[in-house]
Amino acid sequence: MSERLAPQEKVPFWRSPQGRAWTFQLCMVGAFLWLAVSVYRNTLVNLKTRGISSGFGFLGNEAGFRIGEVTGIPLPQGGLLWFLVSLVAGLCVSQLISKQLKRKSDRPMNSKWLSVCLLLSIGLPMLTLYIFRDSVEIAHYTESSSYLMALLTGLGNTLKVTVIGCVASTVLGLLIALGRLSPNWLLSNICRWYVELNRNLPVLLQLFFWYFIVLQQLPNVRQSFDLGGWLILNKRGLYLPSLVPQQGAWIFCASIVIALAAIWVMKRRARRVMDETGVPSKIFLPAISILIGLPALAWLAGGQPFSLDFPVLKGFNFKGGTGLTPEFTALVVGLTVYVSAFNAEIIRSGIEAVSKGQREAARALAMSERQVMRIVILPQAMRVIVPPMTSEYLAIAKNSSLAVAIGYPEFVSIGGTILNQSGQAVEIVGIWMGVYLCISLLISFGMNIYNSKVALVER
Amino acid sequence: MVQDIPDRLPPVTQVGIIGWVRKNLLYPWYNAVLTVVSCWAIWAAVAPFWEWAVTNATITLDPVVAKEHSGAAWGFIRDMWPVFMTGVYPADERWRPLIALCIVVILVSLSLVSSFRRTRWIRVLWFVSPIVVFALVHGGGITGLPTVGTHYWGGLMLTIMLSIVAMLAAFPLSVLLALGRTSDMPIAKPFCVAYIELIRGVPLITILFMASVVLPLFLPSGMELDKVLRAVVGITMFFSAYLAENIRGGLQGIGKGQYEAADALGMGYWKKTIVVILPQALRIVIPPMVNNFIGILKDTSLVGIVGLVDLLQIAFATTSNPKWFGRLEEAYVFIAFWYWILCFALSSYSQYLERKMPSASK
Repeated sequence: MSERLAPQEKVPFWRSPQGRAWTFQLCMVGAFLWLAVSVYRNTLVNLKTRGISSGFGFLGNEAGFRIGEVTGIPLPQGGLLWFLVSLVAGLCVSQLISKQLKRKSDRPMNSKWLSVCLLLSIGLPMLTLYIFRDSVEIAHYTESSSYLMALLTGLGNTLKVTVIGCVASTVLGLLIALGRLSPNWLLSNICRWYVELNRNLPVLLQLFFWYFIVLQQLPNVRQSFDLGGWLILNKRGLYLPSLVPQQGAWIFCASIVIALAAIWVMKRRARRVMDETGVPSKIFLPAISILIGLPALAWLAGGQPFSLDFPVLKGFNFKGGTGLTPEFTALVVGLTVYVSAFNAEIIRSGIEAVSKGQREAARALAMSERQVMRIVILPQAMRVIVPPMTSEYLAIAKNSSLAVAIGYPEFVSIGGTILNQSGQAVEIVGIWMGVYLCISLLISFGMNIYNSKVALVER
Repeated sequence: MVQDIPDRLPPVTQVGIIGWVRKNLLYPWYNAVLTVVSCWAIWAAVAPFWEWAVTNATITLDPVVAKEHSGAAWGFIRDMWPVFMTGVYPADERWRPLIALCIVVILVSLSLVSSFRRTRWIRVLWFVSPIVVFALVHGGGITGLPTVGTHYWGGLMLTIMLSIVAMLAAFPLSVLLALGRTSDMPIAKPFCVAYIELIRGVPLITILFMASVVLPLFLPSGMELDKVLRAVVGITMFFSAYLAENIRGGLQGIGKGQYEAADALGMGYWKKTIVVILPQALRIVIPPMVNNFIGILKDTSLVGIVGLVDLLQIAFATTSNPKWFGRLEEAYVFIAFWYWILCFALSSYSQYLERKMPSASK
């Protein structure tokens, strides 16, 4: 039989798929290299004729421009390293101990070892943080700061907008989605048209609408809307009293963190006991008492942790307190409203993607409506919801760059100012791209971890 | 013993209008509360808008008369209509974009007739039309019309032209990128992946800045790129990455058997791709591609930041005119109306296509 087969001819390399693929790819690499070299040469020539020096040295120069909204930038000093080291070491050691104990016996840890673990993983880092409490210096941008500092301030503002926008748009989107799923015809139609209206208008138009039309309707500084000094609203922004940390603030915050950690441990323990013995343990009262008692103790020991600083009218504007500038408000509200429409559609389709039988089966098992939602519907819906939600969060981070159009000093708009001042176009655009790429990768990394938690576990 | 129960009609509260109202608006009690709250919300949103836009509005062309009314001055829109449509395009030449628009509208309506759609000449017309439209709007050269440079282009015309040209240019690029990403070529694949992920990770505004500020530095000295062309390059680069991801989805949605069958017939790579794979893959991804086009249409509004006068920027250009100073509200409502109509029509069309298309089973 085998002699009947066509003789194995040697295929010439230009006729074999592999040969063609390699030729094509080599051509591609060649073209790319040629492009890169010519671009590099052109850029050097062009920069020379324009008298611009290349390199990142300009970042150290004095910025000299004013930034309307300055966020403090935490600058780590040497002590932070010790904190991180102690944190990692404490966590590793306690993990090791718990693994060892689990191997010895299947019983949950007794309270002696548990307290040792807690001390190692929480107490030790806290202690280091207390010893090196001056290790983080919070620097504020001034006009004499460097360009680098200006960029960092802008990045801080970008992150602030992104985080607030993500949380707010998720909550608002969830509400709208629930409204759309409601059996009430009127409500579900309102929500439907809210979605249709918002996702079919450009986000820039919406930002302009909030900034130039809605916020311009607010009263002037002299005729501010005033709520007993606590809340003052005018064209220049929204003013609230700010919290000024006093002597005892440090202990107070630490006690809250410790209380929360303790409650988390208690809850885990109670759940394990429930799984193993079927006896529900009472954790509500102890949890509440720890949550209230520990901070109260800290308050008594360290004195009043915070004092309030009220905004006061001085000259032409309010001084003191914390303020939300109109640019910030317009940006956050505009982004939130725009993205919430997309989020609402994602959440709605996720919930509708869970088949009807699941809901009916859960009801047949005599679950309450809350249990049906929490145990049956939501875990399945999350699988559908999480991947597209990730891209919406990325969209918020990226769309916050539109602040450049309404003058909110975030990363792109400060970069633009520096670009105009120094003419370092290539470097600035490179920094922009690198930083946004990092933010995007970080968000998708975090969401991927979450996604792998909720994803279907196939056996 | 059989008891004969006469048929009875359902209770009045369960059928007809009363039944519908009861079921959808009033029952159980919290639904009634929701209905009342929704009614209040509608009233609170619509009543002031209605008062501003209709009751207290005027359509007079005289700004002095319009000032006496507290509502909208729609005369501003009437007065500035051509500016909103074409920007600072010379007034004597405005018939040219109008004729270009007529050509496109006629072509679209011809394509809607199914007996014309299959003929060859309509495809030829579609291929020729962009050239005709460009020649008409730009003028110069062999057309004998006075040249109107791109810096005179603006308004809705610029927005639509930017998005269509960017889409047309991004399409072939994104098909290549998607093919590269799904291939197993050791050099081309990482290259495509890197390009797509890089572009998808950064905001459009930085790419537009790159195209408008950095791109001129990359070109040999003496070679100047037009401002509009630079924006088109930026938008094309940006959207080709997103489009490529959609097309990749279509390529992966095709059964393995199709590839194997084409291989068994002895087709080469390009023949297989063009004749067998792409026609099926692209059909699946038409609805997401329409959504992509909506994205381009909305995001062309960003070109205002790098100095073009598109539909959104016309609002500032027209309201800084002393005659109609500060009529931003009217301008925004008008612009929002255009964007909304275009995007809503397109998204309804994509939903219609999705419903019409047989589900993507193999």
